[in-house]
Amino acid sequence: MRISIDKIISLLFFVLSVFYLYQTYQIQVFSFDEHAPFNAKTFPTFLAYFGMFLSVLFLVLPEKNPTKIDHKVLDYKSVSFLIFITVVYGFVILKAGFFLSTSLFLFFSYYFLGERRWKWMFLLSFPFVALFMYLLHGLLDIYLRDPFLKMLGIIG
Amino acid sequence: MIEGILIGLQTALSLKNILMVMMGCFFGTIIGMLPGLGPMTAIALMIPITYGFEPATGLILMAGVYYGAVFGGSTSSILINAPGVPGTVATAFDGYPMAQQGKAGKALAIAAYSSFAGGTISAIFLLFAAPSLSKVSLAFRSPDYFALMVLGLTAVSAFSSKGQFLKAMMMVILGLMLATVGQDSLSDITRFTFNNMNLTDGISFVLVVMATFAMSEALTIILKGKDPSRATEQISLSQLGSIRLDKEERNKMLKSIPRSSVLGFLIGVLPGAGATIASFLAYGMERNYVNEEEKQKFGKGSVHGLAAPETANNAACSGSFVPLLTLGIPGSGTTAVMLGALLGFGIQPGPRLYMTNPEIFWSVIMSMYIGMVILLILNLPLIPYIARVLATPKNFLIPLILFFSVTGIYLMSFNNFDIFLMIGIAVVATFLRLYNFPMPPLILAFVLGALMEENLRRSLLISDGSFNFLWDRPLTAIILAFTIAIISWQAFKSFKNK
Repeated sequence: MRISIDKIISLLFFVLSVFYLYQTYQIQVFSFDEHAPFNAKTFPTFLAYFGMFLSVLFLVLPEKNPTKIDHKVLDYKSVSFLIFITVVYGFVILKAGFFLSTSLFLFFSYYFLGERRWKWMFLLSFPFVALFMYLLHGLLDIYLRDPFLKMLGIIG
Repeated sequence: MIEGILIGLQTALSLKNILMVMMGCFFGTIIGMLPGLGPMTAIALMIPITYGFEPATGLILMAGVYYGAVFGGSTSSILINAPGVPGTVATAFDGYPMAQQGKAGKALAIAAYSSFAGGTISAIFLLFAAPSLSKVSLAFRSPDYFALMVLGLTAVSAFSSKGQFLKAMMMVILGLMLATVGQDSLSDITRFTFNNMNLTDGISFVLVVMATFAMSEALTIILKGKDPSRATEQISLSQLGSIRLDKEERNKMLKSIPRSSVLGFLIGVLPGAGATIASFLAYGMERNYVNEEEKQKFGKGSVHGLAAPETANNAACSGSFVPLLTLGIPGSGTTAVMLGALLGFGIQPGPRLYMTNPEIFWSVIMSMYIGMVILLILNLPLIPYIARVLATPKNFLIPLILFFSVTGIYLMSFNNFDIFLMIGIAVVATFLRLYNFPMPPLILAFVLGALMEENLRRSLLISDGSFNFLWDRPLTAIILAFTIAIISWQAFKSFKNK
């Protein structure tokens, strides 16, 4: 018997609900609250049991139209790259600052998605981010930490 | 009352105040379109500026900013599937598919007309019924709120995707689970944080909505880039269409507006319920009203599906001023900021406000209406230009969507943990969307989670742990009866199909 991905997801949801229930029992409530009609554990406990109930229901009920995906037409390579470059962007944004990291993130994302119009790639990265920063930092007075621009003496 | 209305009209129509409304609408629209900045931030940013003005002028400026920001939020929902505030999530259900079909101009125009109509109708309600409606808002107790939220979640699960009720309900539970992360509101006990300080304050709404909508949409577009069935969608992106609506579209919109306005206004009057529940319930209600053929179009670019939540969220915005101005109770985060501003001006909102300061009470109500007229006049000519965002080639648009998503989060927390969390949620959401697990129920559950727990807590404490509160009050029982009816109908439909 072949189990559909939909059912596997609901099985994973059941496991998540069980884990959530376990974590719920780990919550340390105050001793005077232990037998109160409602404490920090009550709502999560309901959620965990309801989650388990729903996933079991989904697992046991027959499936009408299981979702069919043709994995051959899905572009996993480009998506993996975009996720990777966003993670790298997340890592460097604090160290390199908003301007440099964001501009480079945009520039390289355009490049890896197949763009080769260099003028537009440049305009929609460095000057675009500078304008965005000016709007936030200069006009709306929203502070953006940027060690790189600070080092260059552009922002305080 | 007539005298008060005339005083309000005179104040609101002065040249200075009209200029203030225009400025407010313009800046509000721009701020609302920026990621992570909603009406609440927009108004908060205006507070220091308004302190130099007279109270009525300051409040008029803030009302303009409020409506502008709500419209700006709808724009990003429709164009890039990135709702900046919970109230515009339902707008994306049909607005974004419509934009994808090359009708971005039309979608934005429908949003503008519906917002205007919803705001107009509710401003009239506000004008004549504000004092008496405040009593209605006080009639709602915790059990009623809890039941209303259960109804909202069940309704959105039933209507968000056809034949996927169980999947949608699982998403509701997942959304509620995410909402429980962080400090418990009453006892301050931390839950599900795994000793990570970054999770102590919980997960922010903007993070979840950007991850499940904007970012996961961007990833899905790339993932399905080679899918031949998507090719036509890509071509149509450049055919953005005009803002002109044909007779059929106008008729559909005109049918949705009155009922969604009434619902939106009444829900908006209830403190805490606000634009989010109003827009979701209006979407669900509208789906029930239309014929079978129209029902099939929901989620695929239906005019009804776009007009209803847009009308309701604007009507609810006006409605939320009822408890603020008449009782001094802010019904939403935005009106809480407005309350702070009022107190800053030395004005104490409450039942006596429209007797002691009629020029403020009525001029705010009048300027809200004038603000909507100006918003429509200012934004309609801009729509064709705004809609061109979608003509941006995919190679540029996708990184820009990712940039707006990440920046929206970074601006809120200035740490990279939230960025990684968002990427993680976006990856899971993309996978779930691939298998038709709907995201709207997750978002609504996440938004309502804390409120729902709070109202369940109060209800259970009042009834000493007994679940009798579910049927003790007739209002609670009626709301729950609707919920049971929806579940039974779903079960019956599922049984019939087999």
